[in-house]
Amino acid sequence: MNRRLSLFNVTSLVLGFAFLYLPILLLMIYSFNASRLVTVWGGFSTQWYGALFRNQALMEAAWVTLRIALLSASMATVLGTLAALALTRYGRFTGRTLFTGMIYAPMVMPEVITGLSLLLFFVAIDLDRGFWTVTLAHTTLTMCFVTVVVQSRLMTFDRSLEEAAMDLGAPPLRTFFAVTLPLIAPSIVAGFLLAFTLSLDDLVIASFNTGPGATTLPIKIYSQVRLGLSPEINAASTILIGLVTIGVISATLISKRSVMRSQRNAH
Amino acid sequence: MRRTFAPWTDPDAKPLIRFENVTKRFGDAMAVDHLSLDIFQGEFFCLLGPSGCGKTTLMRMLAGFEMPTEGRITLAGQDLSGVPPYRRPVNMMFQSYALFPHMSVEKNIAFGLKQDGMPKAEIADRVGEMLRLVQLEKLAKRYPSQLSGGQRQRVALARALAKKPKVLLLDEPLGALDKKLREETQFELMDIQHELGMTFVVVTHDQEEAMTMADRIAVMDHGRIVQVADPGEIYEQPKTRFIAEFVGDVNILEGHVMGQESGLWRVKTASAEVPLTIDDPDEVLHSGQAVAIAVRPEKMTIQREKPGPEAVNVLTGEVWDIGYLGDWTVYRVRLATGEILRVTRANVSRFVESPIDWDEQVYITFAPGAAVILAE
Repeated sequence: MNRRLSLFNVTSLVLGFAFLYLPILLLMIYSFNASRLVTVWGGFSTQWYGALFRNQALMEAAWVTLRIALLSASMATVLGTLAALALTRYGRFTGRTLFTGMIYAPMVMPEVITGLSLLLFFVAIDLDRGFWTVTLAHTTLTMCFVTVVVQSRLMTFDRSLEEAAMDLGAPPLRTFFAVTLPLIAPSIVAGFLLAFTLSLDDLVIASFNTGPGATTLPIKIYSQVRLGLSPEINAASTILIGLVTIGVISATLISKRSVMRSQRNAH
Repeated sequence: MRRTFAPWTDPDAKPLIRFENVTKRFGDAMAVDHLSLDIFQGEFFCLLGPSGCGKTTLMRMLAGFEMPTEGRITLAGQDLSGVPPYRRPVNMMFQSYALFPHMSVEKNIAFGLKQDGMPKAEIADRVGEMLRLVQLEKLAKRYPSQLSGGQRQRVALARALAKKPKVLLLDEPLGALDKKLREETQFELMDIQHELGMTFVVVTHDQEEAMTMADRIAVMDHGRIVQVADPGEIYEQPKTRFIAEFVGDVNILEGHVMGQESGLWRVKTASAEVPLTIDDPDEVLHSGQAVAIAVRPEKMTIQREKPGPEAVNVLTGEVWDIGYLGDWTVYRVRLATGEILRVTRANVSRFVESPIDWDEQVYITFAPGAAVILAE
């Protein structure tokens, strides 16, 4: 097989990436625009970043977003890890396939439907929409991603390590904290980062379930853009993109490294 | 000292481990089938059998990872039913070693001691003692991924020994080592066991390993124990054809009993013109019974010259294959019936004038006492 990059491969690679990332790149470049007009280049400047940090409303939205992301990602990590443990550990219990399917469903479910059904649910149980409803909605959305990441690690986990710990006198709970948890920790961290970034940039589900005082950054940006483009929004978006990129890249690196390490230990 | 160690022959001796009519089923599959077995304090005991014979299940029941479906297991008189693995005075060395990859060698060895709440200074002493025992003092701070296979095996051994358990279980302890290292380690294990006076129970499918190390071997097949005896007895007086074939190499000649003459059995076979004469007085047989005669390859003699008229048990054939192993030469001889016998000869001198060659007509003989009769 020809493993070298041919002209055809390079061209399709460039076109593919350009299609995916050119608009984002454009947005990032214009966030350093000195001109107030969004579509006219007026020289390099970081003034909009300064303006952004002085914009009370945007900063507040960012703070809300961060809190929601941290909280929902933490809850999703705990629940998602428990689900992964149940799915890999308790053999073939009745309804396992159904359970697996139901955990993965939110990944492919249209966000509009997830958002709408959650809204109906919150209305039905008479929960005031605001900070907590968005947090809960994001937990629902991101839990399955944590499960996928942690489960793939647990599949390759050598059960005899846990048996060895128990054989040496550690009861099940201590075995979990002394042996299992440290070894699957990288995948849990990766799952957390994934959940965090997903919550950070979600617009659809958040806008369905938000209420007074719980305007997240994506909602804020979206509503401002409808009133007219401003370079400040470009700057805010650039920062958001940066955070999400860092989150996803670290999640990938962490889980990849832990897989490599577990493979090395197997030999 | 080792030679006289045989508590199983003493009717008053109290066994350390007792399996009483133990059965283990996994769904419909019978892994262990109404098995009873006694193991004594200080024994080096081997469970030997092909994969799937139930030996690992038996060991896992002793460790507490599986519970018997029926029957019970006692350890030093205490019934182990319902006792979880972390409360049994038994430790196990796993086939995969199962070293904790996120802990250094020291921490691995100290793990079990920490669970017991041993004071820190005492833990350090014991860890040092264990490291000396397995000669790994210099590697205390290393992580398992930085060790060779042989070193990992030693860490696993040290970790399992650290708590000084009443019984040490070893699951295919040498399976992952190469041949040279395996042999050395076999003797090391025997020395350590002797030094500590601990009871070792080893699971293995390697008969050579079992023969070298064990005081007694239990040969298992289909969830049952077919014979428990010391290595010599297992090899020289196998109870069944399965054992004869599983432990070492063997030639099997099938035939029918003709009768007994002055204490020796006469057996008619298709392989020899004259009925064979076998000295196996313990067998109780009747005329016409179908039997298998088992003869070990090293107990057969191969020669080019026709034996004299007084010779018994003469088979004729031609050399089919010769394998030169250095210390031994293996001859595969094809009889007129198409059977192929395996005969080995020690290479006692360096040069042989006109050695037996391929396709040559040869005579194989064996003494009446060299063979065992196995009822079919």
